[in-house]
Amino acid sequence: MPEPATQPKLKNPVLRTRQPTLPPASRSRVALGLTAAAARGRLELQVCRDCGAVQFPPREVCRTCLSHCLVWRLQDGRGELLTETMLRNAQELFFRERLPWRVGIIHLDAGVNVIAFVHASVGAAPCRVHIKAALDRAGQAVLIAVPEHGRLDLSQDPKLREMTCDPRSRKILVTDGKSALGQAVVRALAEAGAERIWIGEAERWKKAPGFEALRELPQAMIVPLDVTDGNSVRELAGEIGAKVDILVNTCDCHRTFSIASRRGVETAQLEMDVNYFGLLRLAQEFGPVIKARAADGPTSAVAWVNMLSIFALSNYPTHGTYSASKAAAFSLSQALRAELGQAGVRVINIFPGPIDDEWDQLERPPKLSPSGVASAVVEALKGSVEDVYPGDVAQDWLARHLDNPKGLERELSEGAQ
Amino acid sequence: MPARAAYDDVVLAVPVTIPYVRYSIKSAHWFLGRAMAELIAAAGIPKARIDGLAVASFTLAPDTAVGLTQHLGLTLRWLEHVPMGGASGIVSIRRAARAVQSADAEIVACIAGDTNHTDSFRRNTASFSQFSQDAVYPYGSAGPNASFAFLTDYYMRKYGAQREDFGKLCVAQRNNALKNPLALLKKPLTLDQYLNARLVADPLRLFDCVMPCAGAEGFLVMRRGTAEHLGLRYARLMGAIERHNAFPDDPVQYRGGWALDSEALYEQAGVGPDDIDFVETYDDYPVINLLQFEGLGFCREGEGTAFIRANTFEATGTFPLNTSGGQLSVGQAGAAGGHLGIIEAIRQLTGETLGARVPNARHGLVSGFGMINYDRGICSGAAVLAAA
Amino acid sequence: MNAAKKGEATTPPTDLRAILSGVIGSSGVRLVDLTQTLSPDFPPIVLPPEMGQSRPFRMEEISRYDDRGPGWYWNNVSFGEHTGTHFDAPIHWISGRDRPNNSLDTLPIEHFIAPACVIDCGAEASANADFLLTVGHIAAWEKQHGRIPAGSWVLMRTDWSKRTDAVAYQNLDETGQHTPGPDPDCVRLLVNERDVLGFGTETIGTDAGQAAHFAPPYPCHYYMHGAGKYGLQCLCNLDRLPATGALIVAAPLKILGGSGSPLRVFAIVPASRGGG
Repeated sequence: MPEPATQPKLKNPVLRTRQPTLPPASRSRVALGLTAAAARGRLELQVCRDCGAVQFPPREVCRTCLSHCLVWRLQDGRGELLTETMLRNAQELFFRERLPWRVGIIHLDAGVNVIAFVHASVGAAPCRVHIKAALDRAGQAVLIAVPEHGRLDLSQDPKLREMTCDPRSRKILVTDGKSALGQAVVRALAEAGAERIWIGEAERWKKAPGFEALRELPQAMIVPLDVTDGNSVRELAGEIGAKVDILVNTCDCHRTFSIASRRGVETAQLEMDVNYFGLLRLAQEFGPVIKARAADGPTSAVAWVNMLSIFALSNYPTHGTYSASKAAAFSLSQALRAELGQAGVRVINIFPGPIDDEWDQLERPPKLSPSGVASAVVEALKGSVEDVYPGDVAQDWLARHLDNPKGLERELSEGAQ
Repeated sequence: MPARAAYDDVVLAVPVTIPYVRYSIKSAHWFLGRAMAELIAAAGIPKARIDGLAVASFTLAPDTAVGLTQHLGLTLRWLEHVPMGGASGIVSIRRAARAVQSADAEIVACIAGDTNHTDSFRRNTASFSQFSQDAVYPYGSAGPNASFAFLTDYYMRKYGAQREDFGKLCVAQRNNALKNPLALLKKPLTLDQYLNARLVADPLRLFDCVMPCAGAEGFLVMRRGTAEHLGLRYARLMGAIERHNAFPDDPVQYRGGWALDSEALYEQAGVGPDDIDFVETYDDYPVINLLQFEGLGFCREGEGTAFIRANTFEATGTFPLNTSGGQLSVGQAGAAGGHLGIIEAIRQLTGETLGARVPNARHGLVSGFGMINYDRGICSGAAVLAAA
Repeated sequence: MNAAKKGEATTPPTDLRAILSGVIGSSGVRLVDLTQTLSPDFPPIVLPPEMGQSRPFRMEEISRYDDRGPGWYWNNVSFGEHTGTHFDAPIHWISGRDRPNNSLDTLPIEHFIAPACVIDCGAEASANADFLLTVGHIAAWEKQHGRIPAGSWVLMRTDWSKRTDAVAYQNLDETGQHTPGPDPDCVRLLVNERDVLGFGTETIGTDAGQAAHFAPPYPCHYYMHGAGKYGLQCLCNLDRLPATGALIVAAPLKILGGSGSPLRVFAIVPASRGGG
């Protein structure tokens, strides 16, 4: 029977903290196609364009007709669990420390065999299952067999919960809890069962509607944090860093200027100081202590979420300098991912389209509500993804970017002054 | 399809074992070099008479057979590196046989061996194959234990085999091993101990799993005339088959490649299953024995269990099996696991056994299997040998 | 400065340093630091978000006796010209943009030492955050302390610097900032009829927090800078100055075309003249 995620015991402070280990991270280049799809929560397999045969494991030419025209396509993952075992012994430290592991061979209806982790709620072989793609602690794609019907809840399986960044019972820092989006994120995390939420507040003399009401949340604690001030970041990290399991960076300075529509670089510098350098300061001060706690029991330090923007993917010229600052943050987040990934801490990037706030006032709908984006954050933490594109506009831009990035660039510049 | 050419006059001689140890600080080159030294010493020939070499080894990397030529100071006119795991021995025989038949080489040394450092098994498993790296190892890193657990679980449910059936084989092989001075596992094994040993990967328990170790095996392939000229005892090669990636559409592997070629094997050898006096199967996990019994015609497909219940497998039993103990009781020296049976078969057929002896052994069958590239063993092979 | 003591024969000074240190070291004078520490915590002026923003004070460490520089510690600092305790030059305001010698690099150096008149509004400001200094308050002060001399600073003491909590110091609500300052008539009087050197406050601006709604908006900036006069903001320790007799040393940075700068501003006070 699967165990529900229960309230964890307090940690014994005289015992050495367990150091993080990782599952094997090596993959061939072609197998990384699986990871790219899993990063967005999708199961994709290669399909031969010439004969239609589905391929697994990933490869360079079709196993049936030898065509090299293989394309990655979304799969429904339905199949049959043929055989299974419970591993009581493992070669790698990561698996060895978390024995036993339930694994099996599943024959997909699509016609290939996959080896996968088997969720605790799946019955004994043979039985029908669904294969899902997830990211393991090394950030690589792995397959999970779950029951054919019903909602997937990885957190119900104590083993597979480690592939999620479940906010339940965890302590979370939201770097800016004062903006409308920040407030929505705080509320959504409280709803998801966070044990403690530190709410970062800069410029305490500026009041924001709704902010004071956050004090009513039992797990909330408002803390001073100005990501443009290294001292502020350092002090907060010194004070609470060793307790932060999840850091959600909602700090955002959004202005709506192209290059020519604002003389001088002052505004762009402010955007960069919050959106890019703010991330850098946070990463320098909180990164090491979060890494150190990556294997610290059931509520280990587990994730870093960056609120980026779909504008980071391709510059939106009417918000040109803002787009550039988010693109800079995006690039830096990849470096952060490489560093935190050494300890198995996941960096999740959220790329929302325009949000229904003051800075996107002139954008036409569809626009995201702050609570909609907040839901996407919580869903990403409860699932096993690292690239999230919430809402129709983000999905549309992403599809256009993947299809023809130069075409998207042209289309976006049509609106530029 | 034209008939396969016979193996007229091809013989195997000079069975050599470099004693196994659980761990060694030496490299594979040491074990293979020792094997080569023992071969030429036992054959009474100078090193230069060896003009062909077939090598199988996992831990020789970054070297292959090529590196070994210079390492051992060999000048050769025929060289083969055989990366087929437990099928390498059979495949080496097939390659070497045609080489000496066509006079491409006169005396071919077939050697296999590996070292075993404390981390060797993990490293070999972690980089075993591209498919394994991409689609198996990240799921628990259990290596062949997981792969054979799948096969065992599937076979048991498909054909109703019980653990007692597997245990019977393991106990019999251990009895054979008790007489083998080179076997690493020296304690008797009871069925009770087998059944109640600690779980490794359900349903496999401790005594279902072969123990990796360091060591080497070697033998020579030559024409009968050469062997007689040198005054060597020999076994004659009667037939040999190999098959790779058989039955790719079987959902889980429950039959091996032998099933496709066993008829051809016996036809080539001029004998049938009933004429075989002993069998040396590839036995890293018990279930694979049943696939070999069925695939090589000793019983029908799916009837391996009944076959086990109807026979005894000690050297003096109704179906002598793995008469030196098999890998499960002797140990698996890496790629030499598939040579172990060949060496034992030569010893039985030349009357120079180290331990248990099969009475009146005229014909023996050796089988090889290996390379679970992803979800099934790819390579298989078998050979029929006869006494001189 | 070099006031000769009564009754002594006056000999021409030959060693200025000895004279000054003798004067300062004696019970003759004391120095009062009127400057807030420049730190990242000090609140900057708040403008609507669609406007260009003045940067708060920020320090980025270059090295601290470490691998970035083993034997030394130093920082790169950044700030707006009008961050912390700072000096406003006439060019800062549109009304002063064409005045001669109106930027920091062209100001007459003689103006950097000047006497001060300190007007105590502490009680009124604590009772009313929007307290305005009026011509009536000037008249009352002059009745007690004499006419405000030309060329002197007028410093509005409100004890606002004692509000060490930034939220209280900024005192913002939905209707904007609420801090004390001079009303337009008062400013016109000081500029046109007293020819002061400039106006100084403890708050974040020389104008009152609600001055955007005055006529004209920001009258202190408008009239003072329009007349080529100066401002001092975020002062502290005004309560340690006498109403008259203190000498203010306020020398801003020599920035090319500068509109203002943080500075070290302090007072030289005759010891016989207490604060308050």
